[in-house]
Amino acid sequence: MSNDVRPQSLSTFPRLLMQHAQVRPNHPATREKYLGIWQTWTWSQVAEEVRAMACGLAQLGFKRGDNLAIIGDNRPRLYWAMAAAQCLGGVPVPMYQDAVAGEMVFVLQDAGIKFAIVEDQEQVDKLLENRSQCPDLQHILYDDPRGLRHYSQTFLHGLDEVREMGRIHNRNHPDFLDAEIEKGGPDDVSVMLYTSGTTGKPKGVCQTQASFIEAGRIGCEFDRLGPDDNILSYLPMAWVGDHLFSFAQAAWAGFTINCPESSDTVMTDLREIGPSYYFAPPRVFENLLTTVMIRMEDAGALKRGMFHYFMEVARRCGAEILDGKPVAAGDRLLYAFGNLLVYGPLKNVLGMSRIRVAYTAGAAIGPDLFRFYRSIGVNLKQLYGSTETCAAVCLQPDGQIKLDTVGPPAPGVEVKIADSGEVLVRGKVMLKEYYKRPDATAEVIDAEGYFHTGDAGFFDEDGHLKIIDRAKDVGKLANGAMFAPNYIENKLKFFPQIKEAVCFGHDRSEVCAFINIDMGAVGNWAERRGIAYSGYVDLATKGEVLQLVQECVEQANAELAHDPMLADSQVHRFIVLHKELDPDDDELTRTRKVRRGFIADKYGALIDALYSGKTSQFIETEVKFEDGRKGKVSADLKIREAKTCPVAARRAA
Amino acid sequence: MGRTIGEVVLDLNNVSLSFGGVKALSDISFDVREHEVRAIIGPNGAGKSSMLNVINGVYRPQEGEIVLRGEHFSRMSPYKAAQSGIARTFQHIALFKGMSVLDNIMTGRTLKMKSNLVQQAFRLGPAWREELEHRAKVEEIIDFLEIQHIRKTPVGRLPYGLQKRVDLGRALAMEPQILLLDEPMAGMNVEEKQDMSRFILDVNDQLGTTIVLIEHDMGVVMDISDRVVVLDYGKKIGDGTPDEVRSNEEVISAYLGASH
Repeated sequence: MSNDVRPQSLSTFPRLLMQHAQVRPNHPATREKYLGIWQTWTWSQVAEEVRAMACGLAQLGFKRGDNLAIIGDNRPRLYWAMAAAQCLGGVPVPMYQDAVAGEMVFVLQDAGIKFAIVEDQEQVDKLLENRSQCPDLQHILYDDPRGLRHYSQTFLHGLDEVREMGRIHNRNHPDFLDAEIEKGGPDDVSVMLYTSGTTGKPKGVCQTQASFIEAGRIGCEFDRLGPDDNILSYLPMAWVGDHLFSFAQAAWAGFTINCPESSDTVMTDLREIGPSYYFAPPRVFENLLTTVMIRMEDAGALKRGMFHYFMEVARRCGAEILDGKPVAAGDRLLYAFGNLLVYGPLKNVLGMSRIRVAYTAGAAIGPDLFRFYRSIGVNLKQLYGSTETCAAVCLQPDGQIKLDTVGPPAPGVEVKIADSGEVLVRGKVMLKEYYKRPDATAEVIDAEGYFHTGDAGFFDEDGHLKIIDRAKDVGKLANGAMFAPNYIENKLKFFPQIKEAVCFGHDRSEVCAFINIDMGAVGNWAERRGIAYSGYVDLATKGEVLQLVQECVEQANAELAHDPMLADSQVHRFIVLHKELDPDDDELTRTRKVRRGFIADKYGALIDALYSGKTSQFIETEVKFEDGRKGKVSADLKIREAKTCPVAARRAA
Repeated sequence: MGRTIGEVVLDLNNVSLSFGGVKALSDISFDVREHEVRAIIGPNGAGKSSMLNVINGVYRPQEGEIVLRGEHFSRMSPYKAAQSGIARTFQHIALFKGMSVLDNIMTGRTLKMKSNLVQQAFRLGPAWREELEHRAKVEEIIDFLEIQHIRKTPVGRLPYGLQKRVDLGRALAMEPQILLLDEPMAGMNVEEKQDMSRFILDVNDQLGTTIVLIEHDMGVVMDISDRVVVLDYGKKIGDGTPDEVRSNEEVISAYLGASH
């Protein structure tokens, strides 16, 4: 609850946990769907589990200051493992579970990992593969024993076994863990999150107990989150967003986290839980909308007509009603009907009926996408922050939502714009340092204690921060006009047919783009038109598909032409790529951000072709499969010209 | 539990089967040991499926006998086979297409249900409790085969590879001691084959189930089987470990042609 006053002694996560176990012992803390049934652990049970796991870890030799790697999907025991490590004064290091073995080596070595707690055989195998390169790795603990029975290595332990060891240890030394928890202080590092590495090697961001508790407190008080809230924890545990929402905020407010049955069932689980609080990167909202749109296309004429009619009503007044602004009585009535017939059922299908607050962050969200959710009555808001700032720099307050800003600075966080346009942040939520990288730390934290975010932005007249792009991505076209690639890409990506786009234009006279089609949306579109295709490459090179994409690009151009600042950034030519950009091929980061430099190098031949007036270009690329094998895909890609709109207003002036 | 290959559990002695003038199987003998993965391979029409049908009692061989755990059968029946813990999957999927995955797997529990028709129809106490128990068992299988996301999906809407997995799930619902798999990987792509191989090995390893499988794909068979029987035109032409079979002259000529 927002008004409860917490004693100063609750300055670390383990203490918060023990406090919840005392204050609300029977309140659900963690749920997980297992064997088709939602299993619940109360705060007191979670505290017991954490106690046993921590004691077990201590018995295996885990010590204050050690780093504990945590790899796997969102499983309760992996969340508890974080708390267990913190109880002992260690530092949890969650890692991306879908990384291939080779990618893990760097973090394992950099963090000097001795202990790892992983989900299952798949992750154990990856660690075993890396073991020769990581001599420090002493113990691997696993959650799910399936398939591991014949692994005879003595350094492998099941979590069940470790828990039993811990229980016995705790019985014999009942004061041990409480004493360890007492030794911890607010300035200890609470977690180390590795940056996704859009540029260069990943860096370990060390956040203290105090900073994440502060970030958790800010969020909970801002939106009045209490113990009765529910959240679905399905985003990678290594992402700062998940750590903030599923760990820090849950630990502060004492609300319930719900772990999905598997990554394939998230949609169903979302519907079953009906969370009151929801967090997702724009990509997830985008996928949800794409699915809805596809299904509506397949619906009967009556339903489709009704949907489009009421969506138009919602577009007109939905967001205003949500913000409590004055709306004409006629529209209000229509909206109420729409709520009964369309928005309500739609929210129910999406599992968003009970949502009080939903946040998005991690990348810029398309204004149309954002408006869609707000207009059907989902209180979707944006927040701004990064791994280095506990994802808590700016939050949009209820009723003051602007589509193109991320809101005013959060209470207690100082934000300043540098002369270069870069956003600077100072406050408790700031990182302590990059692990073992004083050089990198010195680069981002200046003498006055400001953290340099690397984002370009400015404050609008209401004091809301507007982020344009990554400072280093913003460039200039040959004629001097501003070129913000992200902005254009987001415009393109809002079309359900386009999954990913990469724009080029810095120091060039025109903007050109690479485009990835969305297999689901375009495949469905092709099926309904009876266009046969054999796979991704075939579909992406079909003439009809190129025409479809061209229409999208031209529509985006028309929108860009409205904005005098960006009218020169219209896309003149584009190529539809023959393969999906993929983190496994290093083209995207694990959080699915485009790695521009890498893509520009890898597809240099295509960029040259775009700017040299060719009509097609042959390309062969290496792809990595999920199991690490490599293959090649090749295609002859057509270059299409897109119509651009005249920029009359400015040209004439 | 576990993969210590044990005693002979199933022994076929001099089995011959003919349909009118066509000799489908002639004088075939082989045995299956507890906990092993036993493959039957051979070209089309070699009599592989007939062999499975003999084991679970669909076909009655004119000669020979089947010894199941020391018990001699000259005539096996499908019911007896099922009761003695033999389950099977089919080459051509025979699931209830309009029913959900969950319900399809539930049908595999039929033999284990003790409550009577009336109790079940009206969901009376014992039937209710029993259903919960069976559902729990079915959920374990769903978890084991990693098909939670399609639990409530009608089988007819699933891609082929997943239907095959559901088929396996239904057979597992019987908690069989011996599992007969009829071309579990036919018509699958490489990835689906890998998945299925892993599940078969997991069943064998974790549940300790003895597995007899027919398969076309030599690569898969050689990878996952302990011993292989090779049939050709209804006759046994090879029997042994994958390595022995691979170097067997007769097998090579049956598969690759004599001129090679």
